[in-house]
Amino acid sequence: MTNAHPIDHDAPAEADLVAEDLIEEVSIDGMCGVY
Amino acid sequence: MPEMLDTPWALSPSVALRPEPFGALAYHFTNRQLTFLKRPQLVALIQELGNYADVRSALLGLSIPRGDWSTYVTALTRLAETDMICPRDTTEGSPA
Amino acid sequence: MTLLEHRPTPTRPAGGTLIEQFEYGLDAPICLTWELTYACNLECAHCLSSSGRRDPRELTTEQCEAVIDELQRMQVFYVNIGGGEPTIRPDFWHLLQYAVDRRIGVKFSTNGVRLTPERAAQLASTDYVDVQISLDGATPEVNDYVRGPGSYATAITALENLQAAGFEDAKISVVCTRQNIGQLDEFKALADKYGATLRLTRLRPSGRGADVWDELRPLPEQQRELYDWLVAHGSDVLTGDSFFHLSAFGESLPGLNLCGAGRVVCLIDPIGDVYACPFAIHDNFLAGNVLTDDGFQNVWQRSELFADLRSPQTAGACTSCAFFDACRGGCMAAKFFTGLPLDGPDPECVQGYGETALAEDRPLPAPSQDHSRRVPTRNQPVMLQLRTRRPDSGAPVSACAVNPLAGFTP
Repeated sequence: MTNAHPIDHDAPAEADLVAEDLIEEVSIDGMCGVY
Repeated sequence: MPEMLDTPWALSPSVALRPEPFGALAYHFTNRQLTFLKRPQLVALIQELGNYADVRSALLGLSIPRGDWSTYVTALTRLAETDMICPRDTTEGSPA
Repeated sequence: MTLLEHRPTPTRPAGGTLIEQFEYGLDAPICLTWELTYACNLECAHCLSSSGRRDPRELTTEQCEAVIDELQRMQVFYVNIGGGEPTIRPDFWHLLQYAVDRRIGVKFSTNGVRLTPERAAQLASTDYVDVQISLDGATPEVNDYVRGPGSYATAITALENLQAAGFEDAKISVVCTRQNIGQLDEFKALADKYGATLRLTRLRPSGRGADVWDELRPLPEQQRELYDWLVAHGSDVLTGDSFFHLSAFGESLPGLNLCGAGRVVCLIDPIGDVYACPFAIHDNFLAGNVLTDDGFQNVWQRSELFADLRSPQTAGACTSCAFFDACRGGCMAAKFFTGLPLDGPDPECVQGYGETALAEDRPLPAPSQDHSRRVPTRNQPVMLQLRTRRPDSGAPVSACAVNPLAGFTP
Protein backbone atom coordinates (compact mmCIF):
# COMPACT_ATOMS: atom_id res chain seq x y z
CA MET A 1 0.00 0.00 0.00
CA THR A 2 1.38 3.37 -0.92
CA ASN A 3 2.05 5.31 2.22
CA ALA A 4 0.74 8.79 1.56
CA HIS A 5 1.83 9.96 4.96
CA PRO A 6 5.43 11.11 5.21
CA ILE A 7 7.39 9.58 8.09
CA ASP A 8 9.98 11.75 9.75
CA HIS A 9 13.20 9.91 8.85
CA ASP A 10 15.30 12.42 10.73
CA ALA A 11 14.14 10.91 14.02
CA PRO A 12 17.12 9.33 15.77
CA ALA A 13 17.38 5.54 15.45
CA GLU A 14 16.87 3.68 18.70
CA ALA A 15 19.89 1.76 19.91
CA ASP A 16 17.99 -1.12 21.50
CA LEU A 17 14.67 -2.23 20.10
CA VAL A 18 12.27 -3.25 22.84
CA ALA A 19 8.89 -4.93 22.58
CA GLU A 20 7.12 -1.70 23.53
CA ASP A 21 8.48 -0.20 20.34
CA LEU A 22 6.74 -2.90 18.37
CA ILE A 23 3.31 -3.44 19.89
CA GLU A 24 0.89 -1.74 22.21
CA GLU A 25 -2.43 -3.12 23.34
CA VAL A 26 -5.56 -1.17 24.13
CA SER A 27 -9.15 -2.16 24.79
CA ILE A 28 -11.61 -1.48 21.99
CA ASP A 29 -13.86 -0.26 24.83
CA GLY A 30 -11.22 2.24 25.89
CA MET A 31 -12.03 4.91 23.30
CA CYS A 32 -13.84 8.00 24.45
CA GLY A 33 -16.65 9.13 22.18
CA VAL A 34 -18.54 5.86 21.79
CA TYR A 35 -21.36 5.59 24.31
CA MET B 1 12.01 -18.98 22.35
CA PRO B 2 13.21 -21.95 20.30
CA GLU B 3 9.74 -23.44 19.93
CA MET B 4 8.37 -20.38 18.23
CA LEU B 5 11.30 -19.90 15.90
CA ASP B 6 10.92 -23.38 14.48
CA THR B 7 7.16 -23.65 14.22
CA PRO B 8 4.74 -22.34 11.61
CA TRP B 9 2.38 -19.54 12.61
CA ALA B 10 -0.19 -17.35 10.88
CA LEU B 11 -2.49 -14.44 11.51
CA SER B 12 -5.60 -15.76 13.26
CA PRO B 13 -8.66 -16.02 11.03
CA SER B 14 -10.62 -14.04 13.67
CA VAL B 15 -8.31 -11.05 13.29
CA ALA B 16 -8.72 -8.08 10.96
CA LEU B 17 -5.49 -6.28 10.14
CA ARG B 18 -5.84 -2.69 9.03
CA PRO B 19 -2.77 -0.84 7.73
CA GLU B 20 -2.22 2.67 9.08
CA PRO B 21 0.41 5.32 8.38
CA PHE B 22 2.39 4.25 11.43
CA GLY B 23 2.04 0.49 11.04
CA ALA B 24 -1.27 -1.27 11.53
CA LEU B 25 -4.18 -1.96 13.83
CA ALA B 26 -5.14 -5.56 14.48
CA TYR B 27 -8.55 -6.40 15.95
CA HIS B 28 -9.69 -9.81 17.15
CA PHE B 29 -13.43 -10.11 16.62
CA THR B 30 -14.00 -12.76 19.24
CA ASN B 31 -11.92 -11.62 22.21
CA ARG B 32 -12.14 -7.95 21.13
CA GLN B 33 -8.45 -7.36 21.67
CA LEU B 34 -7.09 -4.36 19.76
CA THR B 35 -3.36 -4.29 19.11
CA PHE B 36 -1.37 -1.47 17.67
CA LEU B 37 1.52 -2.71 15.50
CA LYS B 38 4.03 0.08 15.53
CA ARG B 39 6.54 -0.93 12.91
CA PRO B 40 5.88 -1.64 9.23
CA GLN B 41 8.41 -4.48 9.43
CA LEU B 42 6.36 -6.16 12.15
CA VAL B 43 3.22 -5.69 10.09
CA ALA B 44 4.86 -7.31 7.07
CA LEU B 45 6.12 -10.14 9.27
CA ILE B 46 2.66 -10.90 10.61
CA GLN B 47 1.04 -10.64 7.21
CA GLU B 48 3.63 -12.96 5.65
CA LEU B 49 3.99 -15.39 8.55
CA GLY B 50 1.55 -17.85 7.06
CA ASN B 51 3.69 -18.13 3.92
CA TYR B 52 6.81 -19.33 5.70
CA ALA B 53 7.62 -22.76 7.10
CA ASP B 54 8.47 -21.24 10.45
CA VAL B 55 9.18 -17.96 12.21
CA ARG B 56 12.93 -18.22 11.61
CA SER B 57 12.42 -18.39 7.83
CA ALA B 58 10.05 -15.45 7.98
CA LEU B 59 12.54 -13.33 9.93
CA LEU B 60 15.22 -14.21 7.39
CA GLY B 61 12.92 -13.72 4.42
CA LEU B 62 11.96 -10.24 5.60
CA SER B 63 15.55 -9.24 6.40
CA ILE B 64 14.85 -8.52 10.05
CA PRO B 65 18.24 -7.71 11.65
CA ARG B 66 19.45 -10.66 13.74
CA GLY B 67 20.04 -8.38 16.70
CA ASP B 68 16.32 -7.58 16.79
CA TRP B 69 15.10 -11.18 16.56
CA SER B 70 14.58 -11.71 20.28
CA THR B 71 12.49 -8.55 20.51
CA TYR B 72 10.38 -9.59 17.55
CA VAL B 73 9.88 -13.04 19.06
CA THR B 74 8.83 -11.41 22.33
CA ALA B 75 6.27 -9.39 20.40
CA LEU B 76 5.07 -12.49 18.53
CA THR B 77 4.78 -14.37 21.82
CA ARG B 78 2.57 -11.63 23.20
CA LEU B 79 0.47 -11.75 20.05
CA ALA B 80 0.16 -15.51 20.44
CA GLU B 81 -1.00 -15.10 24.04
CA THR B 82 -3.88 -12.95 22.84
CA ASP B 83 -4.62 -15.28 19.91
CA MET B 84 -3.79 -12.60 17.35
CA ILE B 85 -1.54 -15.17 15.70
CA CYS B 86 -2.07 -18.89 15.98
CA PRO B 87 -0.09 -22.04 15.28
CA ARG B 88 -0.49 -23.26 11.75
CA ASP B 89 -1.24 -26.86 11.02
CA THR B 90 2.09 -28.34 9.86
CA THR B 91 0.31 -30.67 7.46
CA GLU B 92 -0.58 -27.65 5.34
CA GLY B 93 1.92 -27.25 2.54
CA SER B 94 3.74 -23.93 2.59
CA PRO B 95 4.73 -22.32 -0.70
CA ALA B 96 8.19 -23.34 -1.93
CA MET C 1 -19.84 21.91 6.25
CA THR C 2 -16.42 22.57 4.88
CA LEU C 3 -14.44 19.85 3.24
CA LEU C 4 -10.83 20.45 2.33
CA GLU C 5 -9.89 20.08 -1.31
CA HIS C 6 -7.10 17.65 -0.53
CA ARG C 7 -6.73 15.26 2.32
CA PRO C 8 -4.18 16.62 4.79
CA THR C 9 -1.06 14.51 5.29
CA PRO C 10 0.86 15.98 8.22
CA THR C 11 4.35 14.70 8.92
CA ARG C 12 4.13 12.19 11.71
CA PRO C 13 6.86 11.11 14.08
CA ALA C 14 7.97 7.53 13.50
CA GLY C 15 7.04 5.18 16.36
CA GLY C 16 6.03 6.93 19.55
CA THR C 17 3.13 6.00 21.72
CA LEU C 18 -0.29 5.08 20.48
CA ILE C 19 -1.67 8.36 21.75
CA GLU C 20 0.93 10.40 19.95
CA GLN C 21 -0.05 8.70 16.70
CA PHE C 22 -3.77 8.91 17.31
CA GLU C 23 -3.58 12.65 17.86
CA TYR C 24 -2.69 12.93 14.17
CA GLY C 25 -5.77 11.00 13.15
CA LEU C 26 -6.34 7.71 11.36
CA ASP C 27 -7.35 6.63 7.88
CA ALA C 28 -10.63 5.40 9.34
CA PRO C 29 -12.23 5.51 12.75
CA ILE C 30 -11.49 2.51 14.95
CA CYS C 31 -15.08 2.49 16.09
CA LEU C 32 -17.91 4.94 16.00
CA THR C 33 -21.38 5.70 17.29
CA TRP C 34 -24.22 5.61 14.83
CA GLU C 35 -27.58 6.92 15.94
CA LEU C 36 -30.14 5.27 13.71
CA THR C 37 -33.16 7.29 14.75
CA TYR C 38 -34.19 10.19 16.95
CA ALA C 39 -37.43 8.38 17.72
CA CYS C 40 -37.69 6.90 21.18
CA ASN C 41 -40.35 5.34 23.37
CA LEU C 42 -38.75 6.93 26.43
CA GLU C 43 -38.13 10.55 27.43
CA CYS C 44 -35.08 10.30 29.67
CA ALA C 45 -34.33 13.53 31.47
CA HIS C 46 -30.66 13.58 30.48
CA CYS C 47 -30.85 12.32 26.89
CA LEU C 48 -27.68 13.41 25.16
CA SER C 49 -29.33 13.38 21.75
CA SER C 50 -32.56 15.10 22.87
CA SER C 51 -34.46 12.24 21.30
CA GLY C 52 -38.20 11.55 21.17
CA ARG C 53 -39.52 12.44 17.74
CA ARG C 54 -38.39 10.82 14.51
CA ASP C 55 -36.76 13.25 12.09
CA PRO C 56 -38.48 13.01 8.69
CA ARG C 57 -35.09 13.22 6.99
CA GLU C 58 -33.92 9.95 8.57
CA LEU C 59 -31.72 7.83 6.33
CA THR C 60 -33.60 5.18 4.36
CA THR C 61 -32.76 1.51 4.59
CA GLU C 62 -30.79 1.76 1.35
CA GLN C 63 -28.88 4.79 2.57
CA CYS C 64 -28.03 2.97 5.80
CA GLU C 65 -26.81 -0.02 3.80
CA ALA C 66 -24.56 2.30 1.80
CA VAL C 67 -23.06 3.62 5.04
CA ILE C 68 -22.42 0.06 6.21
CA ASP C 69 -20.78 -0.75 2.86
CA GLU C 70 -18.43 2.18 3.41
CA LEU C 71 -17.64 1.16 6.97
CA GLN C 72 -16.72 -2.25 5.61
CA ARG C 73 -14.43 -0.77 2.96
CA MET C 74 -12.79 1.41 5.60
CA GLN C 75 -12.45 -1.58 7.91
CA VAL C 76 -14.13 0.10 10.85
CA PHE C 77 -13.86 -2.57 13.53
CA TYR C 78 -17.09 -1.94 15.29
CA VAL C 79 -20.02 0.41 15.48
CA ASN C 80 -22.23 1.23 18.43
CA ILE C 81 -25.73 1.61 17.07
CA GLY C 82 -27.88 3.84 19.23
CA GLY C 83 -30.43 6.59 18.95
CA GLY C 84 -33.11 7.41 20.30
CA GLU C 85 -34.15 3.78 20.58
CA PRO C 86 -32.67 1.99 17.55
CA THR C 87 -34.87 -1.12 17.79
CA ILE C 88 -37.88 1.05 17.06
CA ARG C 89 -36.80 1.26 13.44
CA PRO C 90 -38.53 -1.60 11.57
CA ASP C 91 -35.34 -2.29 9.58
CA PHE C 92 -33.11 -2.43 12.64
CA TRP C 93 -32.77 -6.23 12.65
CA HIS C 94 -32.05 -6.27 8.92
CA LEU C 95 -29.37 -3.59 9.28
CA LEU C 96 -27.83 -5.42 12.22
CA GLN C 97 -27.50 -8.59 10.16
CA TYR C 98 -26.27 -6.58 7.16
CA ALA C 99 -23.44 -5.17 9.25
CA VAL C 100 -22.35 -8.38 10.97
CA ASP C 101 -22.44 -10.22 7.65
CA ARG C 102 -19.81 -7.73 6.51
CA ARG C 103 -17.62 -8.39 9.53
CA ILE C 104 -18.38 -5.14 11.29
CA GLY C 105 -18.83 -5.74 14.99
CA VAL C 106 -22.06 -4.23 16.22
CA LYS C 107 -22.92 -3.22 19.72
CA PHE C 108 -26.34 -1.65 20.05
CA SER C 109 -27.50 0.51 22.93
CA THR C 110 -31.10 -0.03 23.92
CA ASN C 111 -33.55 0.53 26.74
CA GLY C 112 -34.61 -3.07 26.19
CA VAL C 113 -38.13 -2.40 24.95
CA ARG C 114 -37.96 -4.81 21.99
CA LEU C 115 -35.76 -7.53 23.49
CA THR C 116 -38.32 -10.30 23.61
CA PRO C 117 -37.28 -13.91 24.27
CA GLU C 118 -37.42 -14.51 20.51
CA ARG C 119 -35.13 -11.60 19.71
CA ALA C 120 -32.82 -12.62 22.54
CA ALA C 121 -32.53 -16.10 21.05
CA GLN C 122 -31.80 -14.62 17.65
CA LEU C 123 -29.06 -12.43 19.14
CA ALA C 124 -27.55 -15.34 21.02
CA SER C 125 -26.95 -17.09 17.71
CA THR C 126 -25.53 -14.07 15.88
CA ASP C 127 -21.80 -13.50 15.59
CA TYR C 128 -20.12 -10.16 16.23
CA VAL C 129 -23.05 -8.64 18.10
CA ASP C 130 -23.02 -7.07 21.55
CA VAL C 131 -25.99 -5.66 23.44
CA GLN C 132 -25.81 -2.72 25.82
CA ILE C 133 -28.77 -2.09 28.11
CA SER C 134 -29.12 1.41 29.55
CA LEU C 135 -29.83 1.59 33.26
CA ASP C 136 -29.30 4.60 35.52
CA GLY C 137 -30.35 3.26 38.89
CA ALA C 138 -29.82 -0.05 40.65
CA THR C 139 -33.35 0.29 42.01
CA PRO C 140 -36.58 1.31 40.25
CA GLU C 141 -36.87 4.45 42.36
CA VAL C 142 -33.49 5.83 41.35
CA ASN C 143 -33.64 4.65 37.75
CA ASP C 144 -37.19 5.63 36.89
CA TYR C 145 -36.77 9.10 38.35
CA VAL C 146 -34.65 10.03 35.32
CA ARG C 147 -35.68 7.39 32.77
CA GLY C 148 -39.43 7.20 33.34
CA PRO C 149 -41.93 4.84 35.02
CA GLY C 150 -41.46 1.20 34.12
CA SER C 151 -38.09 1.69 32.45
CA TYR C 152 -36.25 -0.23 35.16
CA ALA C 153 -38.57 -3.20 34.70
CA THR C 154 -38.11 -3.08 30.93
CA ALA C 155 -34.33 -3.16 31.28
CA ILE C 156 -34.35 -6.04 33.76
CA THR C 157 -36.72 -8.06 31.61
CA ALA C 158 -34.38 -7.58 28.66
CA LEU C 159 -31.44 -8.79 30.76
CA GLU C 160 -33.43 -11.80 31.91
CA ASN C 161 -34.41 -12.66 28.36
CA LEU C 162 -30.83 -12.39 27.14
CA GLN C 163 -29.55 -14.56 29.93
CA ALA C 164 -32.25 -17.18 29.44
CA ALA C 165 -31.46 -17.32 25.72
CA GLY C 166 -27.80 -18.00 26.44
CA PHE C 167 -26.58 -14.60 25.25
CA GLU C 168 -23.26 -14.05 26.97
CA ASP C 169 -21.75 -10.89 28.30
CA ALA C 170 -24.35 -8.22 27.61
CA LYS C 171 -23.41 -4.79 28.88
CA ILE C 172 -25.25 -2.74 31.45
CA SER C 173 -24.41 0.90 30.75
CA VAL C 174 -24.91 3.40 33.54
CA VAL C 175 -24.62 7.17 33.45
CA CYS C 176 -23.12 8.13 36.80
CA THR C 177 -25.10 10.75 38.68
CA ARG C 178 -25.32 12.31 42.10
CA GLN C 179 -28.19 9.94 42.80
CA ASN C 180 -26.66 6.64 41.74
CA ILE C 181 -22.98 6.85 42.69
CA GLY C 182 -23.95 5.40 46.04
CA GLN C 183 -25.21 2.29 44.23
CA LEU C 184 -22.03 1.18 42.47
CA ASP C 185 -21.77 -2.12 44.35
CA GLU C 186 -25.41 -2.83 43.63
CA PHE C 187 -24.90 -2.15 39.93
CA LYS C 188 -22.00 -4.60 39.94
CA ALA C 189 -24.17 -7.18 41.67
CA LEU C 190 -26.87 -6.74 39.02
CA ALA C 191 -24.34 -7.24 36.26
CA ASP C 192 -23.00 -10.36 37.96
CA LYS C 193 -26.51 -11.70 38.48
CA TYR C 194 -27.33 -11.50 34.77
CA GLY C 195 -23.94 -12.60 33.48
CA ALA C 196 -23.33 -9.11 32.14
CA THR C 197 -20.45 -6.65 32.29
CA LEU C 198 -20.98 -3.32 33.99
CA ARG C 199 -20.13 -0.15 32.14
CA LEU C 200 -20.06 3.20 33.94
CA THR C 201 -20.05 6.39 31.91
CA ARG C 202 -19.93 10.09 32.48
CA LEU C 203 -22.93 12.40 32.59
CA ARG C 204 -22.30 15.21 30.14
CA PRO C 205 -24.16 18.50 29.75
CA SER C 206 -25.24 17.50 26.23
CA GLY C 207 -28.71 17.47 24.73
CA ARG C 208 -31.32 17.44 27.48
CA GLY C 209 -28.42 16.71 29.82
CA ALA C 210 -27.66 20.44 29.77
CA ASP C 211 -30.92 21.17 31.61
CA VAL C 212 -30.37 18.68 34.41
CA TRP C 213 -26.60 18.72 34.65
CA ASP C 214 -26.36 21.01 37.67
CA GLU C 215 -28.76 18.81 39.58
CA LEU C 216 -27.45 15.40 38.52
CA ARG C 217 -23.71 15.80 38.18
CA PRO C 218 -21.62 14.11 40.84
CA LEU C 219 -20.40 16.16 43.77
CA PRO C 220 -16.62 16.54 44.09
CA GLU C 221 -16.40 13.93 46.84
CA GLN C 222 -18.45 11.55 44.68
CA GLN C 223 -15.95 11.92 41.85
CA ARG C 224 -13.26 10.73 44.22
CA GLU C 225 -15.48 7.85 45.39
CA LEU C 226 -16.11 6.87 41.79
CA TYR C 227 -12.44 7.05 40.88
CA ASP C 228 -11.40 4.89 43.82
CA TRP C 229 -14.09 2.36 42.99
CA LEU C 230 -13.01 2.19 39.34
CA VAL C 231 -9.36 1.72 40.30
CA ALA C 232 -10.35 -1.07 42.69
CA HIS C 233 -12.35 -2.87 40.00
CA GLY C 234 -9.81 -2.49 37.20
CA SER C 235 -10.86 -3.93 33.91
CA ASP C 236 -13.80 -5.86 35.39
CA VAL C 237 -15.78 -2.68 34.80
CA LEU C 238 -15.77 -0.77 31.52
CA THR C 239 -15.87 2.99 31.19
CA GLY C 240 -15.58 3.70 27.49
CA ASP C 241 -12.67 5.92 28.56
CA SER C 242 -15.22 8.48 29.68
CA PHE C 243 -13.48 9.27 32.96
CA PHE C 244 -10.04 10.21 31.72
CA HIS C 245 -10.53 13.59 33.40
CA LEU C 246 -10.35 11.71 36.71
CA SER C 247 -6.88 10.46 35.91
CA ALA C 248 -5.62 13.63 37.54
CA PHE C 249 -6.45 11.94 40.87
CA GLY C 250 -3.58 9.49 40.45
CA GLU C 251 -2.95 6.42 38.31
CA SER C 252 -4.65 6.50 34.96
CA LEU C 253 -7.74 4.39 34.44
CA PRO C 254 -7.64 1.74 31.70
CA GLY C 255 -8.21 3.17 28.24
CA LEU C 256 -6.60 5.63 25.88
CA ASN C 257 -7.10 8.54 28.26
CA LEU C 258 -7.65 10.77 25.30
CA CYS C 259 -10.50 12.64 23.65
CA GLY C 260 -11.22 10.53 20.62
CA ALA C 261 -13.48 13.03 18.86
CA GLY C 262 -12.70 13.27 15.19
CA ARG C 263 -9.53 11.26 15.66
CA VAL C 264 -10.42 7.69 16.46
CA VAL C 265 -14.21 7.97 16.76
CA CYS C 266 -17.10 10.08 15.56
CA LEU C 267 -20.89 10.09 15.35
CA ILE C 268 -23.18 9.49 12.38
CA ASP C 269 -26.60 10.86 13.25
CA PRO C 270 -30.02 9.70 11.97
CA ILE C 271 -30.03 12.12 9.04
CA GLY C 272 -26.46 11.33 8.00
CA ASP C 273 -24.78 14.27 9.68
CA VAL C 274 -21.30 13.45 10.94
CA TYR C 275 -20.28 14.95 14.26
CA ALA C 276 -16.97 14.72 16.08
CA CYS C 277 -18.59 12.94 18.99
CA PRO C 278 -22.09 11.84 20.15
CA PHE C 279 -21.76 14.16 23.13
CA ALA C 280 -21.17 17.11 20.81
CA ILE C 281 -24.26 17.25 18.62
CA HIS C 282 -24.01 20.90 17.69
CA ASP C 283 -23.22 22.88 14.55
CA ASN C 284 -19.79 23.68 15.97
CA PHE C 285 -18.83 20.01 15.77
CA LEU C 286 -20.57 19.13 12.53
CA ALA C 287 -18.03 17.76 10.06
CA GLY C 288 -20.30 17.06 7.09
CA ASN C 289 -23.11 14.87 5.84
CA VAL C 290 -22.79 11.42 4.27
CA LEU C 291 -25.45 12.22 1.66
CA THR C 292 -24.36 15.66 0.53
CA ASP C 293 -20.61 15.33 1.04
CA ASP C 294 -20.09 12.23 -1.07
CA GLY C 295 -20.00 9.58 1.58
CA PHE C 296 -18.68 8.95 5.04
CA GLN C 297 -15.08 8.22 4.06
CA ASN C 298 -14.85 11.56 2.31
CA VAL C 299 -16.11 13.39 5.38
CA TRP C 300 -13.81 11.47 7.72
CA GLN C 301 -10.72 12.14 5.64
CA ARG C 302 -11.35 15.64 4.34
CA SER C 303 -13.42 17.47 6.92
CA GLU C 304 -11.90 20.77 7.93
CA LEU C 305 -13.22 20.33 11.46
CA PHE C 306 -11.53 16.95 11.77
CA ALA C 307 -8.28 18.35 10.35
CA ASP C 308 -8.36 20.95 13.13
CA LEU C 309 -8.97 18.29 15.77
CA ARG C 310 -6.11 16.21 14.37
CA SER C 311 -3.55 18.92 14.90
CA PRO C 312 -1.83 18.95 18.29
CA GLN C 313 -4.11 20.65 20.80
CA THR C 314 -2.72 23.36 23.03
CA ALA C 315 -2.99 23.15 26.79
CA GLY C 316 -3.96 26.81 26.92
CA ALA C 317 -4.92 27.81 30.45
CA CYS C 318 -3.95 24.33 31.67
CA THR C 319 -0.32 24.70 30.57
CA SER C 320 1.01 25.32 34.04
CA CYS C 321 -0.93 22.51 35.69
CA ALA C 322 1.11 19.49 36.71
CA PHE C 323 -1.80 17.17 35.94
CA PHE C 324 -2.40 18.17 32.33
CA ASP C 325 -0.48 15.17 31.00
CA ALA C 326 -2.86 12.89 32.88
CA CYS C 327 -6.19 14.58 32.18
CA ARG C 328 -5.41 16.18 28.80
CA GLY C 329 -7.75 19.02 29.70
CA GLY C 330 -10.79 16.75 29.95
CA CYS C 331 -13.85 16.59 27.76
CA MET C 332 -14.32 18.94 24.85
CA ALA C 333 -18.11 18.52 24.85
CA ALA C 334 -18.39 19.15 28.60
CA LYS C 335 -16.47 22.38 28.20
CA PHE C 336 -18.42 23.51 25.19
CA PHE C 337 -21.88 23.00 26.64
CA THR C 338 -21.00 24.70 29.92
CA GLY C 339 -19.72 27.71 28.02
CA LEU C 340 -16.10 27.13 29.00
CA PRO C 341 -13.18 27.71 26.59
CA LEU C 342 -11.96 24.52 24.94
CA ASP C 343 -8.34 25.28 25.85
CA GLY C 344 -9.05 25.52 29.56
CA PRO C 345 -10.12 23.27 32.42
CA ASP C 346 -12.88 20.70 32.26
CA PRO C 347 -15.94 21.89 34.26
CA GLU C 348 -15.39 18.94 36.59
CA CYS C 349 -11.62 19.35 36.83
CA VAL C 350 -10.62 17.40 39.91
CA GLN C 351 -8.21 20.13 40.94
CA GLY C 352 -11.14 22.51 41.17
CA TYR C 353 -10.13 24.81 38.32
CA GLY C 354 -13.41 24.04 36.56
CA GLU C 355 -15.50 25.28 39.49
CA THR C 356 -13.63 28.56 39.41
CA ALA C 357 -14.30 28.91 35.70
CA LEU C 358 -17.98 27.97 36.11
CA ALA C 359 -18.42 30.65 38.76
CA GLU C 360 -17.74 33.33 36.20
CA ASP C 361 -20.45 34.70 33.98
CA ARG C 362 -20.43 32.93 30.67
CA PRO C 363 -22.95 32.48 27.88
CA LEU C 364 -24.17 28.95 27.28
CA PRO C 365 -24.40 27.81 23.66
CA ALA C 366 -27.94 27.50 22.39
CA PRO C 367 -28.80 23.93 21.37
CA SER C 368 -28.61 23.39 17.60
CA GLN C 369 -31.56 21.04 17.60
CA ASP C 370 -34.08 19.36 19.80
CA HIS C 371 -35.94 16.17 18.88
CA SER C 372 -37.75 15.95 22.19
CA ARG C 373 -41.45 15.19 22.17
CA ARG C 374 -43.47 18.35 22.22
CA VAL C 375 -46.08 16.86 24.52
CA PRO C 376 -44.97 14.53 27.30
CA THR C 377 -46.42 11.04 27.51
CA ARG C 378 -46.96 8.80 30.51
CA ASN C 379 -43.32 7.77 30.11
CA GLN C 380 -42.15 11.19 31.17
CA PRO C 381 -39.77 10.75 34.11
CA VAL C 382 -40.75 12.25 37.44
CA MET C 383 -37.73 14.51 37.33
CA LEU C 384 -39.14 16.34 34.32
CA GLN C 385 -42.71 16.29 35.61
CA LEU C 386 -41.54 18.15 38.68
CA ARG C 387 -39.80 20.69 36.52
CA THR C 388 -42.65 21.43 34.13
CA ARG C 389 -45.49 21.33 36.60
CA ARG C 390 -46.83 24.83 37.08
CA PRO C 391 -47.83 26.00 40.56
CA ASP C 392 -51.40 26.69 39.42
CA SER C 393 -51.90 23.41 37.56
CA GLY C 394 -53.71 21.59 40.36
CA ALA C 395 -53.53 17.82 40.66
CA PRO C 396 -50.85 16.07 38.60
CA VAL C 397 -52.09 14.17 35.56
CA SER C 398 -52.80 10.54 36.30
CA ALA C 399 -50.35 8.09 34.75
CA CYS C 400 -53.42 6.27 33.46
CA ALA C 401 -54.73 9.26 31.54
CA VAL C 402 -55.43 8.15 27.99
CA ASN C 403 -55.64 11.57 26.41
CA PRO C 404 -52.09 12.66 25.51
CA LEU C 405 -53.12 16.23 26.11
CA ALA C 406 -54.52 15.62 29.60
CA GLY C 407 -53.40 18.37 31.94
CA PHE C 408 -52.00 20.46 29.11
CA THR C 409 -52.97 24.07 29.35
CA PRO C 410 -51.68 26.09 26.40
